[in-house]
Amino acid sequence: MTGTPLRHVEHVMGTVFSFDIRDAGSGARRDAVQGALRRAVDRLHRIDELFSPYREDSQISRLDRGELALDACAPEVDRVLRACAEAARETGGWFSDRPAGRLDPCGYVKGWSVEEASRLLREAGSVRHSISGGGDVQTVGGPAPEQPWRIGIAHPLQPGMLTAVVAGQDIAVATSGTAERGAHILDPHTGRPATALASLTVVGAGITRADVWATAGFAMGPDCLTRIEAVDGLDALAVLPDGSRRWTSGFPAYAAPARPTPDPADWRSALPALSAPGRPTP
Amino acid sequence: MRRIIVSCAATISGVVLLLSLKPHSTATTSSASISTGSSQSSSSTAGGTSASPSPSAGSSSSSSSSGSGSSTSARTFTGTAAQTRFGPVQVKITVKNKKITNIEVVEYPSDNPKDQQINSYALPVLNQEAISAQSAQIDSVSGATYTSDGYVSSLQSAIDQAGL
Repeated sequence: MTGTPLRHVEHVMGTVFSFDIRDAGSGARRDAVQGALRRAVDRLHRIDELFSPYREDSQISRLDRGELALDACAPEVDRVLRACAEAARETGGWFSDRPAGRLDPCGYVKGWSVEEASRLLREAGSVRHSISGGGDVQTVGGPAPEQPWRIGIAHPLQPGMLTAVVAGQDIAVATSGTAERGAHILDPHTGRPATALASLTVVGAGITRADVWATAGFAMGPDCLTRIEAVDGLDALAVLPDGSRRWTSGFPAYAAPARPTPDPADWRSALPALSAPGRPTP
Repeated sequence: MRRIIVSCAATISGVVLLLSLKPHSTATTSSASISTGSSQSSSSTAGGTSASPSPSAGSSSSSSSSGSGSSTSARTFTGTAAQTRFGPVQVKITVKNKKITNIEVVEYPSDNPKDQQINSYALPVLNQEAISAQSAQIDSVSGATYTSDGYVSSLQSAIDQAGL
């Protein structure tokens, strides 16, 4: 008996985190899961306090201004900065924790914080939940046995519409797009905004890594598909500024099957093109 | 017809893109301006029990059988105010028979007249599209443009509250 789903919405880190826990159960178990949810929410606020470059008093801001030494920071600051360095190596320098010069590890921290929240829920025994942090989605298990989570990919050129639906269990989905972060995702080599893609969606097992690659791959442009193709456990869907789409060879396995719809104007009309055999054309 | 919709959307995303690149300041402090008036508690439960019987959306919504209780009457749910770097975006949905019948944008960035003009045009289109896309039966949304980012976030929270 899994009881009614436990849902929670938290405003933190300048965006909205949404929890959808399907195995919260009842009685003592529900209390335990609710406790884990509270700890997860506290953790998100703590991460924001430590890492927000928009807060003058965050450890990241003080570290960047030279007011605080790294060894005086909380231990996770060092861990995150090391992970950022590793992400930069893994992506051939296309990921940076100083995208605009000043220290700003947001490209890592958002995905990582979703994974942290998920870890706390798993520690309390939850094996069926979905957490979205401002569009970075981590799922654990499925919404019900044998059932996939369904995650809509926002259409970058038609606000409010979807360009695809990804379905699966234990998957993570991260999307980078021009309009949302046009001023944010900078080509670390030129310092200028990346504009070769309208959006890039990366699917994998863990949201931290998927998010790192969505950010780095977006800066790379269409060539990123070849790079992501070579990375174990990651697949991607790119939408180009002209609206055309390209994807890695493994991506169609995630594309949700079409369902009949009375409304011909909605997103499903886009799916037949996706399910057709297609390889990225670098 | 379809072509008209698409070209409208393209125009809007162009405008939104312009807006998103505009470096004007964000005013609002970082303290979460969480919506008043609706079930905004922490650890809210789902399943329709957490309804917030706020006065039903007056504007334009059809047959708002105002009042209370019965599952067939319209109920409204107000999403959290999603902070964007241009200001908060907040939506209110009206739900009847487990379907969204109206989405009202109750707050949007309006620091200057140009923002107002853009948003008064773009947001209703977003509304219409969100209503038509609800049959997608999705659990979550990944990625978004600037306006729809805040819009989708707030909409998601309203949907979560409604337990749809």
